[in-house]
Amino acid sequence: MQNKNPLPFLVWMLCGCLVLVSLACGRGDRQSQTLTIAGSTSVQPFAEKLAEVYMKQCPGLLINVQGGGSSAGIMAVQQGAAQIGASSRELHGEEKKLHEAVIAWDGIAVIVHPSCPLDNISLTTLRQIFAGEIKDWAALGLKPHGMHVITREEGSGTRTAFEELVMDRREISPTALVQDSNGAVREIVAHDPHAIGYISCGLVDQQVKALAIEGVLPTGANIKKNLYKLTRRFLFVTAQQPAGLAQEFCAFVLSPQGQILLEKEGLIGVH
Amino acid sequence: MRLDPLLTERLVKSLLWCLTGLTIFVLIFIITFISVKGLPQLSWTFLFHDIEDMGRSGGILPTLVSTLYLTLIALVVASPLGVGSAIYLTEYTLEGWVTRLIRFGAECLAGVPSIILGLFGFVLFVIKLNFGWSMLSGGLSLAIMILPTIIRTSEEALKAVPREYQDVCFSLGISKWQTITRVVLPCALPGIMTGIVLSIGRAIGETAVVLFTAGASLRTPTSLFDSGRSMAVHFYILAREGLSMPNAYGTAAILIISILLINITAYTLMTRFLQKYR
Amino acid sequence: MLTREKLIEKALLLLALSAIGSLALITIFIFLEGLPIILKTGVSHFIFGAHWAPTKGHFGILAMILSSLYVTLGALIFGVPLALACAIILAEFAPASLTKILKPTIELLAGIPSVVYGFLGVVLLVPLIRSYLGGPGLSLLAAAMILGIMILPTVISISIDAMNAVPALYREGSIALGATQWQTVRKLVLPAARSGIITAIILGMGRAIGETMAVIMVAGNALSIPTSILDSVRTLTANIALELGYASGAHREALFATGIVLFIIIMILNSAATLIAGRK
Repeated sequence: MQNKNPLPFLVWMLCGCLVLVSLACGRGDRQSQTLTIAGSTSVQPFAEKLAEVYMKQCPGLLINVQGGGSSAGIMAVQQGAAQIGASSRELHGEEKKLHEAVIAWDGIAVIVHPSCPLDNISLTTLRQIFAGEIKDWAALGLKPHGMHVITREEGSGTRTAFEELVMDRREISPTALVQDSNGAVREIVAHDPHAIGYISCGLVDQQVKALAIEGVLPTGANIKKNLYKLTRRFLFVTAQQPAGLAQEFCAFVLSPQGQILLEKEGLIGVH
Repeated sequence: MRLDPLLTERLVKSLLWCLTGLTIFVLIFIITFISVKGLPQLSWTFLFHDIEDMGRSGGILPTLVSTLYLTLIALVVASPLGVGSAIYLTEYTLEGWVTRLIRFGAECLAGVPSIILGLFGFVLFVIKLNFGWSMLSGGLSLAIMILPTIIRTSEEALKAVPREYQDVCFSLGISKWQTITRVVLPCALPGIMTGIVLSIGRAIGETAVVLFTAGASLRTPTSLFDSGRSMAVHFYILAREGLSMPNAYGTAAILIISILLINITAYTLMTRFLQKYR
Repeated sequence: MLTREKLIEKALLLLALSAIGSLALITIFIFLEGLPIILKTGVSHFIFGAHWAPTKGHFGILAMILSSLYVTLGALIFGVPLALACAIILAEFAPASLTKILKPTIELLAGIPSVVYGFLGVVLLVPLIRSYLGGPGLSLLAAAMILGIMILPTVISISIDAMNAVPALYREGSIALGATQWQTVRKLVLPAARSGIITAIILGMGRAIGETMAVIMVAGNALSIPTSILDSVRTLTANIALELGYASGAHREALFATGIVLFIIIMILNSAATLIAGRK
């Protein structure tokens, strides 16, 4: 038998240490140095880039970027979980009470697999495809095969914007596959020759092919000139007029430096 | 028509061996595939550098720190609760409705799907208690998840300690609590550690709970209230978004290797402990 | 000293109640948040309604209940035969040295995270299904197969334990009477171990129904009731995970309500397992 059992003592010491260290970090001064941006997965990569650059300029500052979708971000701002909500759709109803700042323009690109012979599509056909009325590529004059339609989840700003711009109050078919981020949609379309989906223009890369909508390709120039039909604004949403850290970051994003960074990454600046 | 039993035996045995071979093959294949694709990624840079370009390049250091932080918080919260519960169940009560209730509670808690824990943790810790997406929210949610495992294994370990030890202590006039801390607990320690180690393995691999309570920030967390992404969450996001397959495999490899090492440790602890008392 | 002992006992009781306390907290929370919407929509409308459009006020989870059930059934169809075969071989026919290596290995494999299974499903299984069987690949079939593999370690190890618990005496008696090994297993060991094996299967079922991440990655998450195994499905768990982040008000209550349904299904399964196991 043992004489003295040191373990309980050690365990409580460990607890004590951990608690002390955590308290020492403190929450008070953490909050003034931490900014949480939550929301749109379309905006997320750009917010990350901006955050990276801004944090290099202001050391000691921490910017956390979370995803979750536009609605999640707006809700997070309403409930105080985030200071800035990133949205890729317009505010509705109750949300209009929040303060919004446009940070960029972006388009919604309809994408297919690079091997798909389709290059151009009309809004009506697009609507019929996503409503589930057209189910086969043969209807578009291509080799007969089932269409695999991919959409975003209901809380996605990209989906809401797509519904407003394309669907004209028709509902997206319940048989469409659902993924919870732009990247996920792109991944699926990139590997499935019979898939069709929509993502943010800024996230299109060589893995997928963006279709021209009624003859207009989703290029930066076309979006700027308002020729491309599926454009929407990227918003930074705050509870009220941004103050402190949020205000500084918003100012940075809207500054020439921030805007040039966004344009380099594939968005359209607000100027 | 009755088949010759020996023939049936041979047929059935071959079929069963084939199926077994298939099962083992599939399971081993999973580990080998990830290891082969992921191990080449592991390097000093990969493990100890920051995440860059949303995960396309750079290392996974923030995720290692987050995972460690979350697991530590979960253990600090769940171990005292779990071991204390087990001590109470084995030492202080007889089988009655209280013990059955507590055990039922632990069993049910073990069966709660991780997404419900995530939902609960999100609404309670992140929103209602205003902790936000943080190590604290994630750690507390994970603690609830591993509590049943710790209770169950600690109880088994404590039960395995021979009653003679305690009887001798009582006959010498030693108080109950002293007996427990100085005799029973040290003897049961390897078994208890097994449960704790197994829980570490579970906590490391958990994604649903952590994603919704600790968030997915790319930065290294430096306080309880910072958000951070664990290795499992990072892997999920890398894989889902197709950001970098090599990095995804690398993260998966580290994840699997850590969990396997942890489980092997738990297993050897348990066998050695059982040998002592069987 | 006695008061100190009494205090310690009370303190430990408090700790012990933590487990039941957390469970109670979660259950009460979920029911409080979710019950109102079930009552408002009507229980039958909620469970048997096929239209889920929460932002427009439609809360029918039939498609998801069916998907969860189909996926679990599929997982059992794929997993249980393989698991039982493996368990029978390892418990009865394999040399002890082989079992000593394989059983722990299989138990170790239970620790592989679900996201890894999901990932391998997406990278290896889904393209195969898409090229050779048709459909988008992200389907009921893919989810069922992946879940079937995921529950293998659980079902195998518990079944082996159940069969090992059958006394050697039974087997020896049977062989002495001239039965072959397989006849012994089929007519003696399996029936004797039946409750343990059923427990194993039910626990596997519980794991399959509660799985979220792997299913989100391979099932496609479409909202309709599946009509073929190549159709995309959305389980109850996937539904909660996809909408959790942005749901508010009635929508969030509906997710909690989905959680209630899930909870109840799993409680029924767990209770059944405990009852059957206790009946030994």
